[in-house]
Amino acid sequence: MDYTGDPAGTHAYLDAATSAPLHPVAREAMIAALADGWADPTRLYAVGRRAQRLREASAEAIADTLRVRVDEVSFWPSGAAAAQAAVLGGLGGRKRAGRVLVHSAIEHSAVLHAARTTEAVEIGVDRLGRLDLGSWSAAVAGPGVALACLISASHEVGTVQPVEAAAESCAAAGVPLFVDAAQTVGRAPLPSGWSLLSASAHKWGGPAGVGVLVVRKGVRWLSPYPQDDLHRPGNHPGAPGLPQVVAAAASLRAAVGEARAEGERLSALIDRIRERVAATVPDVEIVGDPERRLPHLVTFSCLYVDGEALLHALDRRGFAVSSGSSCTSSTLRPSHVLEAMGVLSHGNVRISLHRETTEADVDRFLAVLPGVVADLRAEAGL
Amino acid sequence: MPGVAIGATIRVLADDPAAANDIPAWCRMKGQEFVAADGHAFDVRRVS
Repeated sequence: MDYTGDPAGTHAYLDAATSAPLHPVAREAMIAALADGWADPTRLYAVGRRAQRLREASAEAIADTLRVRVDEVSFWPSGAAAAQAAVLGGLGGRKRAGRVLVHSAIEHSAVLHAARTTEAVEIGVDRLGRLDLGSWSAAVAGPGVALACLISASHEVGTVQPVEAAAESCAAAGVPLFVDAAQTVGRAPLPSGWSLLSASAHKWGGPAGVGVLVVRKGVRWLSPYPQDDLHRPGNHPGAPGLPQVVAAAASLRAAVGEARAEGERLSALIDRIRERVAATVPDVEIVGDPERRLPHLVTFSCLYVDGEALLHALDRRGFAVSSGSSCTSSTLRPSHVLEAMGVLSHGNVRISLHRETTEADVDRFLAVLPGVVADLRAEAGL
Repeated sequence: MPGVAIGATIRVLADDPAAANDIPAWCRMKGQEFVAADGHAFDVRRVS
């Protein structure tokens, strides 16, 4: 069969963890903000002041939704940029304490890349993807630790991390904790105890191109970029994409308002996927913690199936999914998260749902999947 | 594997970067024993 890139039948986009479809509130807010949002908010003339008011109102809305102070919030060009600013800025601010960075083995690759700029201590996870808290506590209490990083919940397998317990160990050792909350913000309540936090608007239904960084008062942070005031994250160089920022703030408020009901609805669909895939596809491993997990995400791996072939076969039938198999990655290495858990990386599929996902989408996927896997195994001579 | 006697060990040669992760995972899923890895060589014992 040739891959035409032109799926038959109804489309179902099942990759919200990569980028969620734009929330209607984001679309409306962005269009409204185009009138004034093109101007530079640092300029003192009238249109600049109007742009500044848009920026301030957006920062206030985000701060209010995340329950932090407005001067603790800054906007960055992406979630990855915000996460790297947290790591590099957090390390820079704590140079005198040392240069050791403690992080989990399942951080986002942007955080792992930033970790390679310093002396890093990686803490493993168990088979379900849960942080090894004992090793974490010992590591953060070690000499020369400048910063610790823990993802709020795995973007690849959905396992929620014990952030509050990890934060207690950090507090006891006097080490600030950075939490990459990209998959949690807008979907589930935030844990407490962190010093720095990052999020990404296109994960909650806002536009791409807006990362949010929160640096709590009293946390030492030094900009990784050359700029006038190195100590203020809100002051980074370059004009912001204001219409996107306004849309991000409006959609975050909407997403948080819907989060409880949507979380319950999507979580029940994820339970159905976990149960039906295990029952209908032979030689499959459902990955991640079945209970302490994100409401909208599930990952599974199928023996004797190529991940890329599975992704394309599902795409041909109208399903957009993601994969952590090596053949689908830019590095041609299997997902570091699946490797850290010691689970099968072959034939891997990640499904992540959103507010437009219907029960019918999920049932159609569940009806199609067993045949798709069986066909691919038959093609491979199994 | 069906041609391997129970208790016998086979050596799998694989230079796929996923093999070091996926061969032990296969053993766990299929109830077989992962013995050892040495570079691109992976020893698997059939136990059932």
